[in-house]
Amino acid sequence: MRIAACIALLTAVASTALAAEIPQAERRSGYSFMSPDTKAMQDEDTANPGMLFVLDGEALWQRKAGTANKACADCHSDARISMKGVAAHYPAFEKALGKPVDLEARINLCRTNHQQASPFAYESHELLALTAYVAQQSRGMPIATGDDPKLAPFVEKGHALFMQRQGQLNLGCTNCHDDSWDKKLAGSAITQGQPTGYPLYRLEWQSLGSLQRRLRACITGIRAQAYDYGKPELVELELYLMTRARGMPVETPAVRP
Amino acid sequence: MARLALATLLAAALFAACAPAGAEELRPYTVVGDAIPQPLTGTKGDVVRGRTLIVERSSTCILCHSGPFPEQAFQGDLAPNLTGSGSRWSEGQLRLRLVDAAQLNAVTIMPSYYRVDGLTRVGASWRGKPILSAEQIEDILAYLVTLRN
Ligand code: HEC
Ligand code: HEC
Repeated sequence: MRIAACIALLTAVASTALAAEIPQAERRSGYSFMSPDTKAMQDEDTANPGMLFVLDGEALWQRKAGTANKACADCHSDARISMKGVAAHYPAFEKALGKPVDLEARINLCRTNHQQASPFAYESHELLALTAYVAQQSRGMPIATGDDPKLAPFVEKGHALFMQRQGQLNLGCTNCHDDSWDKKLAGSAITQGQPTGYPLYRLEWQSLGSLQRRLRACITGIRAQAYDYGKPELVELELYLMTRARGMPVETPAVRP
Repeated sequence: MARLALATLLAAALFAACAPAGAEELRPYTVVGDAIPQPLTGTKGDVVRGRTLIVERSSTCILCHSGPFPEQAFQGDLAPNLTGSGSRWSEGQLRLRLVDAAQLNAVTIMPSYYRVDGLTRVGASWRGKPILSAEQIEDILAYLVTLRN
């Protein structure tokens, strides 16, 4: 018992000592760890496969849907103006639900409440395309998630999840993304796990994918039970990651290896 | 009869859910100082199988470690190079390191390969099982002790 308590104490002390948040000046996007070829793919819109999704998203923005027979554009007009900077503040607190929602969930709330249409499935082409189109309107703008004080308890929960060791490999996100981001896991750069580019085109997926998809991959990687899409824990992790990335520019649609 | 069988099954399932998952599968071992001097199995480990296993993705070793594996393009650098492990440590010391490195360093990132308790939210396909079997650990150990420089 005594030994167990000692170990617990030591672990607590050590983890607070190690887990200093990455200072503003040292925050680095996954982009900066990539090869010149992959960087070029992200930089040039004509080479960036994510742009095809953005174009589809633009078309969906204009398309009438649901029993309300309304398009996103009927309420929000020109996304280039109305959606500018929006993604840089997500996840945001949703009063009606009393909890934060990410951009995908916000789009689906508009579908059900305002268009009276069925929500898009997670990772469906439509939801990824619309999310990428909305987020692209914030490209280059600094991430500013977390200003709303009502978010504070949820940021704290996300932070706790980020620190917690879990899974058969008994690792926490912090072990890799705070303590080891200058290192390599087998062949891959570990990176700081910054959420700046989502949804993004991952060469390994051969598709656009959401931040939740990436988080589920890391959780499965440590052999823990992945949360289902849309679960509060994933949104809280997204929220914490976005506050951890404050000040970094939005890159959507980014490209990653 | 059928009811009884069902009840027994249910009880067994409940018991499995409540008991420290899979604990009964693990073989007992004794830690002496910073080592587990006795093998986990009755038979000696196999060097060749150990070499094969250590570079397999599923064993996870070279996600973090590098070592004398020139044919492996992708090795990690989160942990010490395994070259010379057999000169630095005795077989018993290496055994405890593999079985439960956290007993030596409470904050290590090296997973405990032969432990099922004290873990959080283990995924369904891995729950109640150690990362490696006792035989696999002995095979890897047989190989590690040959790494002398
Ligand atoms: C054992 C190491 C490890 C652990 C633990 C880990 N990750 Fe990762 N993570 C990686 C690697 C490797 C990548 C891939 C980098 C790449 O190629 O984009 C990655 C990528 C990411 C990315 C994408 C970054 C980008 O540029 O798009 C995010 C976000 C992320 N991880 C968050 C998390 C969270 C949250 C957790 C905990 C639930 C976690 N990670 C646990 C190794 C880890
Ligand atoms: C997630 C990372 C990680 C994984 C996976 C991992 N290790 Fe380690 N290992 C470490 C670290 C870090 C150390 C350094 C000592 C410490 O932290 O306790 C270490 C130390 C060691 C040592 C002692 C090295 C020395 O000479 O000081 C040996 C031997 C070893 N590991 C073998 C293995 C084997 C075999 C496997 C797979 C079955 C493995 N490790 C998997 C992280 C890891």
